[in-house]
Amino acid sequence: MSFPWAKQYEPQHPVMQWIDSRMPLPRLVYNAVGPGYPVPRNINYWYNFGVLAGVAMMVQIITGIVLAMHYSANASAVPGAVDGASIAFMSVEHIMRNVNSGWLMRYMHANGASFFFIVVYIHIFRGLYYGSYKAPREVVWMLGVVIFLLMMATGFMGYVLPWGQMSFWGAQVITSLFSAIPLVGESIRTWLVGGFAPDNATITRFFSLHYLLPFVIVGVVILKIWSLHIPGSTNPTGVDVKGPQDTLPFHPYFTAKDFFGICIYLIVFSVFVFFIPNSLGHPDNYIPANPLSTPAHIVPEWYFWPFYAILRAFTVNFLWIPAKLWGVIAMFSSILLLFFLPWLDNSRVKSTSYRPMYRIWFWVLVVDVLILGWLGGAPAEEPYVRISQLAAAYYFAHFLILLPALSFFEKPLPLPNSIAESVLAKHDQSAATPAMAE
Amino acid sequence: MVRFFGVLVGLLLVFVLIVAALLPREESTPDITKKYHLAPVAMHWQQDGPLGMGVFGTFDRQQLQRGYQVYKQVCSACHSMNLVAFRNLEAIGFSPAQVKALAKESEVPAINPDTGEESTRPALPSDHFPHPFPNGVAARAANNNALPPDLSLIIKARHHGQQYIYSLLTGYEHKVPADVDVPEGLHYNPYFPSLNIAMAQPLMDDQLEYADGTKATKEQMAKDVVAFLHWAAEPELEQRRRVGVGVIIFLSILSVLAFVSYRRVWAGIEH
Repeated sequence: MSFPWAKQYEPQHPVMQWIDSRMPLPRLVYNAVGPGYPVPRNINYWYNFGVLAGVAMMVQIITGIVLAMHYSANASAVPGAVDGASIAFMSVEHIMRNVNSGWLMRYMHANGASFFFIVVYIHIFRGLYYGSYKAPREVVWMLGVVIFLLMMATGFMGYVLPWGQMSFWGAQVITSLFSAIPLVGESIRTWLVGGFAPDNATITRFFSLHYLLPFVIVGVVILKIWSLHIPGSTNPTGVDVKGPQDTLPFHPYFTAKDFFGICIYLIVFSVFVFFIPNSLGHPDNYIPANPLSTPAHIVPEWYFWPFYAILRAFTVNFLWIPAKLWGVIAMFSSILLLFFLPWLDNSRVKSTSYRPMYRIWFWVLVVDVLILGWLGGAPAEEPYVRISQLAAAYYFAHFLILLPALSFFEKPLPLPNSIAESVLAKHDQSAATPAMAE
Repeated sequence: MVRFFGVLVGLLLVFVLIVAALLPREESTPDITKKYHLAPVAMHWQQDGPLGMGVFGTFDRQQLQRGYQVYKQVCSACHSMNLVAFRNLEAIGFSPAQVKALAKESEVPAINPDTGEESTRPALPSDHFPHPFPNGVAARAANNNALPPDLSLIIKARHHGQQYIYSLLTGYEHKVPADVDVPEGLHYNPYFPSLNIAMAQPLMDDQLEYADGTKATKEQMAKDVVAFLHWAAEPELEQRRRVGVGVIIFLSILSVLAFVSYRRVWAGIEH
């Protein structure tokens, strides 16, 4: 694995030699995230977000394990609670009020989910910009999409656990998507929920799966890192690594850079956890779940809003398919099409920096997804519905029509011969004109 | 092959969306509640801190105690606060002896130790605030079929919680517009989402006498009780902000050190 000039692990200390010859775990770490892993020297700060996603995942797992020690997955009403608050709802408040630093654990976990998604969205767009999905990294990309899907399932089920109004009604709306499937839809929904409406059977299975799936994610992350280490990272030029002059060992160069990135990430995260911990949540989830009172606007968590907007954009029955089924098909397609991205994009140039036409469309896509996100949180009324229909149309056109067509008529800019050459050219340029230095 | 099917699926989805976008919309009926609904008034509490940024703000203990008095003498007739225990009142400046005395004023359900029959006893500091009604049915029956919400989390459970509750409590004196229908038993309040609220105006000037001598105007009482409800919803607020300031200072120093060491490691390396 990796490049022939990668440093080899040579344990000096007899104890390490003894361990290495019996169970080469130190060697594995050395080759994975140590000096034995050569990384393109020119990768920029956008490449920090893979490591940050790993940090966000570990924060979720550690805080989640602590929360599970105090949480109780039980939808039955607390005796005497006039508003029907459940044991689950009360156990969350018990964590907030009575458990030592429980508020810290819960706010880290709730905001940590949002930050995990922020980091992963930036990571995905970085992959789109630098062509990280292209050969020979298709499997790395597809495993990433699998992780993204698992994250969405985990995030959704986690939001249900406090059993507030948005938990209950979010579960109601999202599980009812499956009832759009012809013939068997209603049975599938009943099977998923464990009844005709979300209830105790729902909260217990969601808790069980919410605890299980993160470890599945860890497993897929390990596969992803494994497959990444065969070709190594892409880089901003998109030119393949050609020799030792193009790379630097992961440690100490990128461990130092990633550590700085982690510090900045934790500062932004702390601002949310300590000063605006509820800004990314919905106030209605502090109202105990009430099956008899529907909230005025049911919205999922913000990180689902772009997909929720696509779901709701389909308002007409067409080709004997009801609008709801169109919406469900489109919403799942909008994520599943990412699996086919390596083959939808036929351009051989990886980095968007050298693709003048795609660069415009890439930024249109970024704005388009932000608009879809805004519309997914807006009420389902005009003019929001019409804008979301146009925005959703661009989303599909971008991936399924523009991207495949582009390789026929786009003329890429000339690529540098190698990473080292582009780095030196940049250096010479900045040395010649100091005002232009980055 | 992937590209061929991709383009087909893409054209189909885009076509359906464009058709849906081009279809004319039905004329929507104007929503009377939107016309008269008011955004909550902007107000500032001590815990909002300088510039309302909520970084250094702490609660005014005196105000919290007044707010507790308003809750106890007015709100608690109908609204429970089942997440707050009497012992928590020590955090707003009452001494343990005062808390004991405050708890004793309330009766809580109990079991007679001799007969096993249901009875009541004076509350202890470890007891939570008692419910004004034995169950939801009783609460609705006494309130024109409306359920008075539990107030423990009300500030976090509404958009712009503090401003909203303050506006609602003081928002009863608006004239009812001619085209708004106020059903019997409801009261016009333009800050309430549906304009008509089941709760009658709860606060009147000089309704109670503050223990600390502050004049009990209804604005003063509303402001005080909102502060108390904010504390009840976020009892960890002051500690959270204090820890947060320390964490951010620590991380800032660490970031500087991390950046310096990063530059050190990369010194002389073109990238």
